[in-house]
Amino acid sequence: MPGTTKERTTRRTFIAGVALVSVLPFAPARATPEAMAAAIKEVVGDNAIREGRVTLDLPPLIENGNAVPLAVSVESPMTEADHIKAIHVFNEKNPQPHVFDARLSPRNGKAVVATRIKLGDSQKIVAIAETSKGEFFSASADVIVTLAACLEDLT
Amino acid sequence: MTQVLINAPKTAKKGEVIELKALILHVMETGFRPGTSGRIIPRNIIERFTASWNGAEIFRMDFSPAISANPFVSFFAVASESGKISFRWTGDEGFAVEESVAIDVA
Repeated sequence: MPGTTKERTTRRTFIAGVALVSVLPFAPARATPEAMAAAIKEVVGDNAIREGRVTLDLPPLIENGNAVPLAVSVESPMTEADHIKAIHVFNEKNPQPHVFDARLSPRNGKAVVATRIKLGDSQKIVAIAETSKGEFFSASADVIVTLAACLEDLT
Repeated sequence: MTQVLINAPKTAKKGEVIELKALILHVMETGFRPGTSGRIIPRNIIERFTASWNGAEIFRMDFSPAISANPFVSFFAVASESGKISFRWTGDEGFAVEESVAIDVA
């Protein structure tokens, strides 16, 4: 690093070094709303996404982003002719836009999936359900995170 | 090993929709965090969770680093026949764990 060498450090190299160090912690790229939109497009393609039928349940105010309970339930008869094939969950500000993809079938009886997720920041979460007929339904929720996940390992 | 916790009913009526819950001990290291040395800790996550009923897959879920440490999953299944429900987790660094529970369907 230019700023810490034994040789004479010029003001210019010192500033360059400081600038580099201050940029580094932000090196891991974050997902953006655009990245989320791109990830959703990958799943949905050119099909229309409709609001409704999906319920996304997660607390609006989150104290600890390391374990946020999340449940997605979708209204569906879950029969061979009409069932939910998949549930996808996306976020817009974690390092990556994907949260999970669950595959379901009529053998599930109920299109309900629950898990616990990490959230790096206050953001919007989107759940998308894919029906056996190729339709897509979505629901979204805005959450406020006070303690973010993905911080330094303090152990 | 006690690294897996499964909550499933021991008996069910045929056609009943039952809830299955599974939890496994795992760090789910995202690959985005620096450790005490300042270096990024390499990613180590579970990538896939599958559940099978007597060998036939009934549920599958692909995880991302956004799933919390010690992943917990809850989902539902129609009780079809007596037998074995198996849960399988696979992921980075050759991680593979399988656990099953028996169920009586009357």
